[in-house]
Amino acid sequence: MKSTEYPEGDFRAPVPVITPGHSYRSMTDKLASIVLTKNTPTAWFGAMAVGFTLLMCLMLAVTWLLLKGIGIWGNNIPVGWAFDIINFVWWIGIGHAGTLISAILLLFKQDWRTSINRFAEAMTLFAVACAAMFPLLHTGRPWLAIYWLFPYPNTMTLWPNFRSPLIWDVFAVSTYATVSALFWFTGLIPDLATFRDKTESPVLKKIYGLLAMGWRGSAKHWYRYETAYLLLAGLSTPLVLSVHTVVSFDFAVAVLPGWHATIFPPYFVAGAIYAGFAMVLTLAIPLRAMYGLQDFITMHHLENMAKVTLVTGLIVVYGYACEGFFGWYSANGYERFMLKNRMWHGPYAWTYWMLLLCNFIVPQILWSKKLRRNLVALFTVAMFVNVGMWLERFVIIVTSLHRDFIPSSWQMYYPTIWDFMTFFGTIGLFITLMFLFVRVLPMISVFEMRTLLPEAHPKSPTSDGGSH
Amino acid sequence: MSHGPETPEVHGILAEFDTAQQLMDAAHKTAAAGYTKTDAFSPMPIHGLAEALGFHEHLVPKIVLGGGLMGLIGGYSLEYWTQVIAYPLNIGGRPYHSWVAFIPPAYETTILCAAISCVFGMLALNGLPQPYHPVFNNPRFSAASQDKFFLIIEAKDPKFSPEGTKAFLSGLGAKDVVSVDE
Repeated sequence: MKSTEYPEGDFRAPVPVITPGHSYRSMTDKLASIVLTKNTPTAWFGAMAVGFTLLMCLMLAVTWLLLKGIGIWGNNIPVGWAFDIINFVWWIGIGHAGTLISAILLLFKQDWRTSINRFAEAMTLFAVACAAMFPLLHTGRPWLAIYWLFPYPNTMTLWPNFRSPLIWDVFAVSTYATVSALFWFTGLIPDLATFRDKTESPVLKKIYGLLAMGWRGSAKHWYRYETAYLLLAGLSTPLVLSVHTVVSFDFAVAVLPGWHATIFPPYFVAGAIYAGFAMVLTLAIPLRAMYGLQDFITMHHLENMAKVTLVTGLIVVYGYACEGFFGWYSANGYERFMLKNRMWHGPYAWTYWMLLLCNFIVPQILWSKKLRRNLVALFTVAMFVNVGMWLERFVIIVTSLHRDFIPSSWQMYYPTIWDFMTFFGTIGLFITLMFLFVRVLPMISVFEMRTLLPEAHPKSPTSDGGSH
Repeated sequence: MSHGPETPEVHGILAEFDTAQQLMDAAHKTAAAGYTKTDAFSPMPIHGLAEALGFHEHLVPKIVLGGGLMGLIGGYSLEYWTQVIAYPLNIGGRPYHSWVAFIPPAYETTILCAAISCVFGMLALNGLPQPYHPVFNNPRFSAASQDKFFLIIEAKDPKFSPEGTKAFLSGLGAKDVVSVDE
């Protein structure tokens, strides 16, 4: 129901999606002025400096890795997977919120997604780029990984084994990266045309013009465009659910206690959305302040995101409870040992309790409306969730591997400086790409913002003899 | 093509409107007046506008379905051919044709091909990328991607006449009616 259908002051009337009083022109000018200006905010340079420094750490760590091999990392048998896979799952999970916002909330007609979908989609792309680096680097020789991973007719006539979840993962993640990039670019086309028509610099006009591909806003084009956009959303929705399902299969298909659990697919998908919304909040709160976007990303948006974070967080906690229950109910000695080792007498038990603090205890403050609307509290919770979701993958991967079936093969895992440099390096890559994106492309979808104005929905005359 | 000086041909007559409602009303009246070679331009999608101009096409979903089926058949065939025919490997005694394990990759290739055909099919049907289009000859047209609304009646329309069409569009409440060159 439209807000006009309720009497004045009725509590059921929906909150306006953006601050009222905007016109097509004021929105276009405000959102374009962020990019088409010579005045870059000082805070942008600050963030970029941090991101770029960390990116250089990544360069250094990767160079050393390629020279020396993966022995410079701390993982070794029995902990064959550690930071590389933890970070892979963490990043890919973060990406999922972008697709949830852009595709699933579009299908559910949640108008508030419009203010945040563009940069959430960019976040997806950059997070997937960070994620993909880890398994690729973990192969040790990424230049050979092409024939290990992709089915192409090579001179050795070798083919990958399609029964392995690791190959499913290659297909899921590469499809996800491609479809996310297509979705993102399709959404950008009309805005690139706006920038082409608005910029005064002839060079920028050429660049944005090339990217806009001659978009002119024809009604017939919009018609096909909207159909295609909706279909892409419909395709991305099962895709995003399948990607983290397949990622969870990397573990669930193995026989290792702590990995071999049927709860994994839904529990991983919920965790991905949880982590992703926390990252969207982590980005949205500073960007909103930096560029004065309070009219478009309102408290209502942040509150909605806080609610999604709270709900998905509770689903994740339900997953923890199920893991515990299944381990106990299985009556399997190895499963029960794994749980006791994870929670009580294992050397990594502290990470499990830290995880519960970050993912379960702290986010409960979001039940309070006052705290949901408090930027400092919300940002703090988001940071706790970012850390907590990383710890969750640490707990699943490292504590399950370090003490498996035979005590003689038990071994501790300690990350090295190169593990940390690669991890923080990808955070640098993410920050750098994100801030470059904000500087050169519209971080809020301008054309979709226009459709939020009531005057963008004209009525067809009823007397025309039925054109529909 | 002659190489001497030539007078450019007229592409059509472009009318500018201030609001989406005016454009919608004008589109209905233009179609009712019997014009068929028409188009409208707006800074955001307007539901019902293309239909008002008599545009009915449902090709994009069909292309996506075709792409998806191609991805499904192609992906599954690739798996079958590599695992059963080209390079059969005994993995823990599982059958060569392990169809259950073949589902996830085939599922992903279905979505991949459907999405690629969706975007490129939409662009191809729209004739994009298109480096040149006559409407951009009107300097005011840059507002079509910002806050103004345009309607064009093309010169190839059978009912088109330079004077009559101009008068017709002016009568629809257009703010600015100009002829654009080819």
